[in-house]
Amino acid sequence: MAQEQMRPNNQGEIRYLTPLSVDTRKKKYCRFKRSGIKYIDYKDPEFLKKFLNEQGKILPRRITGTSLKFQRRVAKAVKRARHLALLPYVTDLMK
Amino acid sequence: MNKYETVFILTPVLSDDQMKETVEKFKKVLTDNGGNIENEENWGLRKLAYPIENKNTGFYTLIEFEGDPTLIAKLETAYRRDEKVIRFLTFRLDKYAAEYAVKRRAVRKAKQEERAAQEAAAAQEAPVVAEAPQAEEAPAAEA
Repeated sequence: MAQEQMRPNNQGEIRYLTPLSVDTRKKKYCRFKRSGIKYIDYKDPEFLKKFLNEQGKILPRRITGTSLKFQRRVAKAVKRARHLALLPYVTDLMK
Repeated sequence: MNKYETVFILTPVLSDDQMKETVEKFKKVLTDNGGNIENEENWGLRKLAYPIENKNTGFYTLIEFEGDPTLIAKLETAYRRDEKVIRFLTFRLDKYAAEYAVKRRAVRKAKQEERAAQEAAAAQEAPVVAEAPQAEEAPAAEA
């Protein structure tokens, strides 16, 4: 009786011990929209570093998840900070 | 009348008095031309992220002011004529920036007051604190 019930599972489909990690990617979001930040301050280089790579280049939207509106503002803030030597234009191993 | 924010970097070779004098000079340029200074911050001597005119540090000063657009040209001419200024940035605050500036000012003020309160408290406890370093110095002298 018990064996008959088991059979369809064993034969029909492949079973995994752990659930597959497909389609569990985290959804990216715009942190400014979520936390309600309206103005991005160029005077805070530590915060702006979250949007830069190790060479000091601005990270693309597709990586940070920032919305277009705030990506423009991030870019502006970073450029102002660079002009005032709060952030470097070019560097290696910033973090 | 618009709100503006300006930051300038002075060369590190100046003495404290010279630095303050120069800051006063630019403030005078603003007030003489119908500007209204709302806030001034002195960030002191800071390290630059990259060398400017072969210098690695500079005195940063931030001034928030209100004034007519014609004032900006006069201010920037004054910056360019003064070789003590190695870098400057002036821009108009939009409504979000103005909101943020007001908030930032309040936060800074609160922090300053907190620090002042702490220092006052530390001053009261000073006799207790003053004894501690002496105790630490003694073993070092023996070694």
